[in-house]
Amino acid sequence: MADYILETKNLFKEFRGFTAVSGVNLQIQRGHIHALIGPNGAGKTTVFNLLTKFLTPTSGSIHFNGDDITSEKSADIALRGIVRSFQISAVFPGLTPRENVRLALQRKLGVSYHFWKSDAILLQLDGRVMELLEDVGLVDYADEITGELAYGRKRALEIATTLALDPELMLLDEPTQGMGVEDVDKITALVRKVSTRRTILMVEHNLKVVATLADRITVLQRGAILAEGPYAEVSQDPLVLEAYMGSAHA
Amino acid sequence: MSKSLWIILVVVGLVAPFIVYPVFMMKLLCFALFACAFNLLLGYTGLLSFGHAAFFGGASYVTGYLVKTGGLTPELGILGGTLFAALLGYLVGSLAIRRQGIYFAMITLALAQIVYFIALKAPFTGGEDGLQGIPRGKLFGMIDLGQTYSIGGSPVALNLYYFIFALFCLGFWVIYRTINSPFGQVLKAIRENEPRAVSLGYKVERFKLMAFVISAALAGMAGSMKSLVFQLASLTDVSWHTSGEVVLMTLLGGVGTVLGPLVGAFTVITLQSELSSVGSWITVIIGVTFVVCVLLFRRGFVGELGRLLKKSL
Ligand SMILES: Nc1ncnc2c1ncn2[C@@H]1O[C@H](COP(=O)(O)OP(=O)(O)OP(=O)(O)O)[C@@H](O)[C@H]1O
Ligand SMILES: [Mg+2]
Repeated sequence: MADYILETKNLFKEFRGFTAVSGVNLQIQRGHIHALIGPNGAGKTTVFNLLTKFLTPTSGSIHFNGDDITSEKSADIALRGIVRSFQISAVFPGLTPRENVRLALQRKLGVSYHFWKSDAILLQLDGRVMELLEDVGLVDYADEITGELAYGRKRALEIATTLALDPELMLLDEPTQGMGVEDVDKITALVRKVSTRRTILMVEHNLKVVATLADRITVLQRGAILAEGPYAEVSQDPLVLEAYMGSAHA
Repeated sequence: MSKSLWIILVVVGLVAPFIVYPVFMMKLLCFALFACAFNLLLGYTGLLSFGHAAFFGGASYVTGYLVKTGGLTPELGILGGTLFAALLGYLVGSLAIRRQGIYFAMITLALAQIVYFIALKAPFTGGEDGLQGIPRGKLFGMIDLGQTYSIGGSPVALNLYYFIFALFCLGFWVIYRTINSPFGQVLKAIRENEPRAVSLGYKVERFKLMAFVISAALAGMAGSMKSLVFQLASLTDVSWHTSGEVVLMTLLGGVGTVLGPLVGAFTVITLQSELSSVGSWITVIIGVTFVVCVLLFRRGFVGELGRLLKKSL
């Protein structure tokens, strides 16, 4: 039997009578890059919000490494090793990229509640911070104000921050959205690089990226799973062609 | 920030009673600390409390009561007031941080009104009169804080002044340390992007509550100091006017800047004392000043200055 790092069982989410996620059974195999695709409003971000408890499921359950985490809190889920990025870039805009990444690393030092200590204690993290910024090509921008960086750089920073936590399962919500071709290639290479020691679940509209990266694909439509399998298989599925390609290339 | 600036500020604080009216200086120090404590929440955690007078005024009553009726020495009175404010901050904070934005502000306001009501009705708070004639007492039972020295022909309570100044420095240092600590770093993260802070595994409620308690305790310490300076704890201290005033000071000076609340408190206190002769028009004048300043300097005096110098002040 396959080793699933994450499983959902019959997951539902309703918003005042509107079913955004409808009976989703996801199975994410350990070590895979798993893509979640589907037309706009299919419920992909909602699934992410359920997995990380930013929303509470109406019914159904979520299992991580065999443990039922359905009733856990967001912060605890992060502590277990499921770390997400956001569709709308999630950085700390008023801080520098250095501080952004450092915030992710700082938790491990166990001094985050120590208000009587100088933050000079965090300087010991700077070596690792710079390595991570190097990985995403942001070393030269380490001390700029994040909010003033170009969009692609903010997304790259978000990935660096997420990586800093060394998550077992990384959830990326459209990491290449709104990027130029060059940036898309960079992010694709980066995701591939960081996927070696972890599992990645990503929402992605760019099918070229999906085709290059994903081991397995789940297609969502109107909150329900329409198809699942390897790219070659799913991309030939007539249902998918009609539902997804139709709207994506309209 | 540069060391020389700090040294200048400390020297100014030390020689001030020889130059300006010392009661004015002490009032300024109390309100400046109050505003700094408030700014820790609004400026560095992104929480707008509209009930900080409850901590300021509540502590001033507690200190007044402990010193006047309980006969405690002033430092114990201030300690008592500060601890009371911390405890009250824990209670109010626990309830308020469950909500965000305007709801958070409303809960703090509502709870502060309850404190006001208690101050009005309780048997030991002196009702409409408040607690008057609070003795300044002897610091550690030895140094008489009521002792005055003649400077330029008028009596000045120098002992009291330096005690208040020392407490201000202590409080300010605690805030400065908190802002520039690993804890403060997480607070800024919460202010900047709360969901992201959560997704990095921070239990933001705990951080907010801790910040709230620290802020309340120091606001309380400021109130305790005030009750020794004016020998009075009154309903004004716990009223929503005072809650509003501290918001005003912080916004004027520059929210989220270290020095902003000092400048803001200075501006408001100076206006109040310079204009005290014009009677109730003072509120109008301060109101207009506030509107004009906010329109001209959106980030407050220090905030705009920092932007010009490209430095965080
Ligand atoms: N908090 C909410 N309250 C009410 N409806 C919501 C909420 N969040 C999402 N929805 C609805 O649920 C549906 C799915 O939204 P979701 O954001 O999950 O789609 P998506 O697949 O991520 O789309 P996109 O490709 O545009 O990002 C949409 O119709 C949306 O309007
Ligand atoms: Mg989405």
